[in-house]
Amino acid sequence: MKVNEVINSKDLPIMEFDGIIIGGGGAGMRSSLQLAQSGFKTAVISKVFPTRSHTVSAQGGITCAIQSDDPEDDWRWHMFDTVKGSDYIGDQDAIEYMCNEGPKAVFELEHMGMPFSRTEEGRIYQRPFGGQSKNYGKGGQASRTCAAADRTGHSLLHTLYQANLEAGTSFLNEWFAIDLVLNTKKQVTGVIAFEIESGDIFYIKSKATVLATGGAGRIYASTTNALINSGDGIGMALRAGFPVQDIEMWQFHPTGIYGAGTLVTEGCRGEGGYLVNKDGERFMERYAPNAKDLASRDVVSRSMALEILEGRGCGPNADHIKLRLDHLGPEVVHKRLPGITELSKTFAHVDPAVEPIPVVPTCHYMMGGIPTNIHGQVITVDKGEDKIVKGLYAAGEVACVSVHGGNRLGGNSLLDLVVFGRAAGIHIEESLKDGIDVQKSSNEDVDQALKRLNKLNASEEGLETAYLKKEMQDNMQNNFGVFRTQDLMEKGIKDLSNSRKSVDNIYLSDKSASFNTARIEALEMQNLFEVAEATAITANERKESRGAHSRDDFPKRDDDNWLKHSIYFSKDKTVDQRDVNFRPNIVQAFQPAERTY
Amino acid sequence: MSATIPLEEVRNLTISVYRFDPNKDKKAYMEDIEIEVPVNKDLMVLDALHLAKEKDASLSFRRSCREGVCGSDGMNINGKNGLACITPLSEAVKRNKLVLRPMPGLPVIRDLIVDMKQFFDQLEKVKPYLITKDEKPEIERKQSPEEREKLDGLYECILCGCCSTACPSFWWNPDKFLGPAALLQSWRFISDSRDEAKEERLDELDDAFSLYRCHGIMNCVSVCPKGLNPTEAISNIRSELLNRKK
Repeated sequence: MKVNEVINSKDLPIMEFDGIIIGGGGAGMRSSLQLAQSGFKTAVISKVFPTRSHTVSAQGGITCAIQSDDPEDDWRWHMFDTVKGSDYIGDQDAIEYMCNEGPKAVFELEHMGMPFSRTEEGRIYQRPFGGQSKNYGKGGQASRTCAAADRTGHSLLHTLYQANLEAGTSFLNEWFAIDLVLNTKKQVTGVIAFEIESGDIFYIKSKATVLATGGAGRIYASTTNALINSGDGIGMALRAGFPVQDIEMWQFHPTGIYGAGTLVTEGCRGEGGYLVNKDGERFMERYAPNAKDLASRDVVSRSMALEILEGRGCGPNADHIKLRLDHLGPEVVHKRLPGITELSKTFAHVDPAVEPIPVVPTCHYMMGGIPTNIHGQVITVDKGEDKIVKGLYAAGEVACVSVHGGNRLGGNSLLDLVVFGRAAGIHIEESLKDGIDVQKSSNEDVDQALKRLNKLNASEEGLETAYLKKEMQDNMQNNFGVFRTQDLMEKGIKDLSNSRKSVDNIYLSDKSASFNTARIEALEMQNLFEVAEATAITANERKESRGAHSRDDFPKRDDDNWLKHSIYFSKDKTVDQRDVNFRPNIVQAFQPAERTY
Repeated sequence: MSATIPLEEVRNLTISVYRFDPNKDKKAYMEDIEIEVPVNKDLMVLDALHLAKEKDASLSFRRSCREGVCGSDGMNINGKNGLACITPLSEAVKRNKLVLRPMPGLPVIRDLIVDMKQFFDQLEKVKPYLITKDEKPEIERKQSPEEREKLDGLYECILCGCCSTACPSFWWNPDKFLGPAALLQSWRFISDSRDEAKEERLDELDDAFSLYRCHGIMNCVSVCPKGLNPTEAISNIRSELLNRKK
């Protein structure tokens, strides 16, 4: 059966696994490693060869209190920073679990062979990152981010791939997952997926399905994200009737290279770099007198945007900021930041050891996602009650467990994906040992999951992907950026709503079954659109400013009404609220306080 | 805040691109696609491919990070292997022409997309993972900065395949000669102070083909988009093997 035929569930071949993981990035491969070692029949479905996943682009490091730089460091201090960084809507049970389990997960990576940079004592090198403190914000800047030069994501992803090879994980590389199959009880029974090269399509049945599909930064025109970051897991979850949480919370990284959007790590500022405006002023001293350039990302990005809006941007159009590293000397720049030296030369035509790098705040990370508990089990909300979705897990950027809340701290994404990829793997392994049943599905359930593909294959006219994508990306960029206002958001929502029909009826001109990237891009566009619409509607509903969500019309945080997660369902496009977890197991909860750096 | 730079003046550029769709083509052919590129801004080859794909959605190529770290878009650009996303047009275009072909030596799946199975099979043969025998410590293993420095220039490989598919020895014996990428990884693990399988690794390379088919042509070095040196890694393995025989 080929992906370009009219496909009927009755003719569809079936593959069966104990567990499948959709996505071959850091979270997916940490899950699959756990499962492969358990001996259960598992497979990773990845639309790219696993080391092409976006984890590879992470630069600065993985934040964790491993007590190398400071033997007195404490995971509770890391927890405090993360809760504060989240602007108090991160779930404290999850943050506690991540910060406490973190060292174990990081040491495991080292044991697998990850080539961390080292200290003179032979321990893992740690560098300072934004929003880090000692002693609950009272002990000054911490150096808590474990690094492999400025290629930490590359090192981590390749190490996980290597460990999976050793463990004998089965990989379905260059396979694309279209939609989840769920039965009438709303249990997930597997996924429809096809091999991109041949176009052979299958119903892949599984007792447990993990969504580890990463982020969706490509909803914006300018983003640090890879071209493959199309929110496939979010699209699948929303279409299946499951919610997303805090999806309005998008991180704008302070230092995307101007014009290109490629990332230069916060580690640049960790190593002593700083931002200047057109007058050469180190303006972060005004906005964050203590942490300065190492304030939280939301704070730094807003300060940069204000400098530009107030006419103090650099360049002929006064539209960017400069990042200075030249005072650090070529030794530090080339040894600690070799990757960004390369990127700056390629994309900004400057050698950072000599000249400053032109940068702008650039869409970087999706704090929101599919709500899960600390075992990675997906949660839906039914009449105000949390309900676990049987058979479905999510981990990494696609998930919202939620450790990042309204703003993620640098170095916490890699930690999130190894800790919760691992946790999901452990939970599935235990459940499989307990003997979970294969959930039953009918032909109608499968046909439902095939609808989108069949419609695309039958398309004879309409707008094509490239046009629709550009329209959506410009809309999101102009109306849902660093600063948001009701007027613009409402305009943006209206424009999205006008495009909805065209996106659902996207025209695919190339119907070939063999490595058809046009078909993939059309399916990805529909996923992106789900994320964009969820973001737009939820952003307009959250009537306050918190974390990365900053509104001119509601400039203050509103703890009375919005110390809550937002919950969005696409079916009726409604936004509800869900309680934030203030019940950690070991420590006392951190109560909301004014957030200054 | 839009970071897109307005495109003003444009000029025409002809891309001559290798086309083959097994669904409809009996054999491959070269096709000219005209695109418009800005005069005042240097695009990357990948940007040019995206512009061409806007004209013809069926044009197929792999891409992901678009910043030279994921290794998806290795291809043959005006006769030389490289990554489309970090090769500027100013460097690649000769006489206003850009010729794009799939990486040589591997079967073509479609257009610029090659089947990399042989490449990855060879990689797997070198057991590209850390092998240790002792109990794992509670915390990380110790490694001095000097020991760690030995991995620089080795661990950064992105598995794009530019080197192995530029290597005549790999074209002739893709099943027996491991190729520069796999051998670079082999040396990466042999060089790792934490690895405990050095002798076994060397044993497995000690035959007529796996390693010794390298004739020092050094195409791998001249094309590596990350500036790595597989030839040096290969000669280091040779020295280790020779030293053992003494």
